[in-house]
Amino acid sequence: MNWEIVIGLETHAQLSTASKMFSGGSTAFGAPPNTQANAVDIALPGVLPVANKGAIERAIRFGLAVGGEKVINRRSVFARKNYFYPDLPKGYQISQYELPIVKGGEIRILTKNGEKAIRLTRAHLEEDAGKSLHEAFQDMSGIDLNRAGVPLLEIVSEPDMRSAEEAVAYAKALHFLIVEEIEICDGNMQEGSFRCDANVSVRRPGAPLGTRAEIKNLNSFRFLERAIEFEVKRQIEILEDGGKIVQETRLYDPDRDETRSMRTKEEAHDYRYFPDPDLPPLTIAEELIEKIKKSMPESLRAQRDKIVELGLSIQQANQLTGSRSTSTFALPLLADASPKERPILANWILGPLSAKLNEENLSFDQSKVSSDQLKALSKHVSDGMVSNTAATAVILFAMWNGEGSADEIIEKRGLKQISDASAIEKIVDQVLAANAKQVEDYRAGKEKAFNSLVGQVMKATQGKANPAQVNEILKRKLTG
Amino acid sequence: MLNASLKELSAALAQKKISSAELTKLFLDRTSKLNGALNAFITVDAEKSLAQARAADGRIAKDDAEPLTGVPVAHKDIFVAKGWRTTCGSKMLSNFVSPYDAHVIGRFNDAGAVILGKTNMDEFAMGSSSETSFYGPVRNPWNPDCVPGGSSGGSAAAVAARMTPAATGTDTGGSIRQPAALSGLSGLKPTYGLVSRYGMIAFASSLDQGGPMAKSAQDLALLLNVMAGFDPNDSTSVERAREDYVRDLEKPLAGLRIGVPKEHFGEGLAADVGKEVEAAFKELEKLGAKRVPISLPNSGLSVPAYYVIAPAEASSNLSRFDGVRYGHRAKEYRDLADMYRRTRAEGFGAEVRRRILIGTYVLSHGYYDAYYIKAQKIRRLIANDFIEAFKRCDLVVGPTSPTVAFKIGAKAADPVQMYLNDIYTIPANLAGLPAMSIPCGFGKGKLPVGLHIVGNYFSEARMLNAAHQYQKATDWHQRAPAGIQP
Repeated sequence: MNWEIVIGLETHAQLSTASKMFSGGSTAFGAPPNTQANAVDIALPGVLPVANKGAIERAIRFGLAVGGEKVINRRSVFARKNYFYPDLPKGYQISQYELPIVKGGEIRILTKNGEKAIRLTRAHLEEDAGKSLHEAFQDMSGIDLNRAGVPLLEIVSEPDMRSAEEAVAYAKALHFLIVEEIEICDGNMQEGSFRCDANVSVRRPGAPLGTRAEIKNLNSFRFLERAIEFEVKRQIEILEDGGKIVQETRLYDPDRDETRSMRTKEEAHDYRYFPDPDLPPLTIAEELIEKIKKSMPESLRAQRDKIVELGLSIQQANQLTGSRSTSTFALPLLADASPKERPILANWILGPLSAKLNEENLSFDQSKVSSDQLKALSKHVSDGMVSNTAATAVILFAMWNGEGSADEIIEKRGLKQISDASAIEKIVDQVLAANAKQVEDYRAGKEKAFNSLVGQVMKATQGKANPAQVNEILKRKLTG
Repeated sequence: MLNASLKELSAALAQKKISSAELTKLFLDRTSKLNGALNAFITVDAEKSLAQARAADGRIAKDDAEPLTGVPVAHKDIFVAKGWRTTCGSKMLSNFVSPYDAHVIGRFNDAGAVILGKTNMDEFAMGSSSETSFYGPVRNPWNPDCVPGGSSGGSAAAVAARMTPAATGTDTGGSIRQPAALSGLSGLKPTYGLVSRYGMIAFASSLDQGGPMAKSAQDLALLLNVMAGFDPNDSTSVERAREDYVRDLEKPLAGLRIGVPKEHFGEGLAADVGKEVEAAFKELEKLGAKRVPISLPNSGLSVPAYYVIAPAEASSNLSRFDGVRYGHRAKEYRDLADMYRRTRAEGFGAEVRRRILIGTYVLSHGYYDAYYIKAQKIRRLIANDFIEAFKRCDLVVGPTSPTVAFKIGAKAADPVQMYLNDIYTIPANLAGLPAMSIPCGFGKGKLPVGLHIVGNYFSEARMLNAAHQYQKATDWHQRAPAGIQP
């Protein structure tokens, strides 16, 4: 008999605000330990929290994206989750418990059986804890409170996934949504900006939910997949041996590719949640929701459709809208260009420009070639001033290296195409006169001879003759 | 000078009859003379105070003075002040020097007032007698065998003994008003949210409110003008237009309706206190006020509700004192859990530990609804009682405390008896209403009796007006303890 796998995910997404959830402290990553923790973050006596408006707005944005206005609670409550740990300065974490800011919504994923909606239970605002460093110190632990107070949106799904593959598809779809579509999180998984806890259980099809294990802190899609696969196998083995699953929290060890028990339900904390008396209930005005709705960026899917309407292929459109920064760069540029220039521009964006950005680890908004520069260059190609080859192979890179505008580079490097018909004709005549043999061959039906003649003309002009014109004039002269 | 009002001191400074440095020195000298007997101050730093005084003199010389520029004010050691040791009456913070100023301290500094020192208090403001301080009990200037009340007992004793012209306090269940009553002075707990709690070490966040303690209502008005005001760093701070609390002091009281809650005159009220309060009613009637009998039917539930809510919040608020980042840490421990256990067992006194345990218990899984949620419901009922009452009267008036000051040690062994001290004051905290105590006579042992005045939300100006008119007609507030008479 088969086992059905049941998975729900809890995802902690760091919201991309400059300051912390309840203080003005900086959220910048990678600073020396404890340099980004202010009086509130280290919980000095007497300090008080003030909720970050930017974080609240990002949570509303998320709600609008996954379920619209109806999933946004107009009144939500910050609550204290009490426990002692050295990297938790106040001895409690401010989170939301009974009344989260977002209730409901869904994320659509693509499975082998088609599209599937994964329902969301809730999403709530909370602050992150600091970091305990156990390795670097002998017989001591180091505490780095830079992360303490960083704003998180915890997104909780219903147990709607039925395989590790679906769980990964969900995590990727969620990641794409919050990083690229609505831009509320930088999504950097190595830096901990996006981490998942997986609730995993198995059951016989149709049976009630089995006892679950929660696997904590999975910070890559691969670990998520491996951890679930290991956990499912472990649970099925226990059940098939007649054993019972214990409700517990487990940790995934990527080095040994296994999950290990961290604590059982009996050892679980009593967090003594209660409404934080330092923070009044969070009320959200309709005007704010309206304002955020209006400020939401156009969906990348809609932008893809626009690019297709501009005459580009679906594949190119998909690539051009694969990230917010690419789409933001590409769409206005393409919309502004002539139909002839669009494919040229699309090829540059997806080809040499992407390659350069990748090489230097930059995003499109940091591109060293501006869209105005690209626009000017594509005009020169379309009106024949330079060849596409010269533009793609030489001028783009020269512009990237800061050698000046397209015009300056064309001038400096002598890349101007010869498009003067009479000048080309003169050269063609010389070439025909000097290559009687090839002319004869061509007229005798040897097509190859034509290419050789084109090559001679290009050689004579150092590659600068407009190839289309060369072809046309040669053909006319040979058949004339 | 020792007996002068803030208005008089302000005028003397402005007219350069005395410099702030001289005035500060005067009070510092008196403090060093009397503190050994009264233990009103935990920390005095003459050098720091005098530096501030000289700066104030500079402002006065430049004609840049505000009403309190150059006036010394003592602060309860619950307000953190930059560069000052701030202990909150606890061993836990015996080595804590604050790197920042509380909002209230910042306001006084901006106004040019001089920090005279940090006053003694019940540990983490948990107590009604100022006996739970790690730094020893405070003594009542009217009778050193008696308590001055608490938790702001150090501030109360310091003002009563004329060691400072004025002081700040905080009030979670009566901690400004009860010591004001027991020490014969005036004290005001403003509407919740009027004075910022930023930098005021939290006991029970939803109840804590800072306020002034001084000889007279007029002094309180001047102090409140400095202390009140919106603070973006405190999310519970109320954003509203600034008020001048002096402006209504001289209004006549004709037609003022005084609500007399029958529940505050029943069993438990000592006869001597009841007698002085009755005399005060008569005095107020002479000034044109009318008595209206009212009822606060749920006020009997206020003490039990308070002793669920306040410890619940405290148990969480005091979690940050864990020995990790600052404050006391046990010298020896086996592991992390042992470090926490020993640090907190050593750093906190018995009353603080008791309340942390109560609070942890009432928030625990399975008890939360029965205690915390139920107490919150009672809290709403109590607030509703007042809303009903204020439809029929302008102020609710009665005794501040059921008895005059009691002997040190008399109630220390019986927490419930101690808790009942605050039976008349707690309802205002639960409802978030402004309330004050002013001296209205002397009871048993020639010890002061306090008159309790509760107003509607943000009616501080009205309350101060009534108190000031009463004080113009009486002189209880001008009496100073014998023996240490200036």
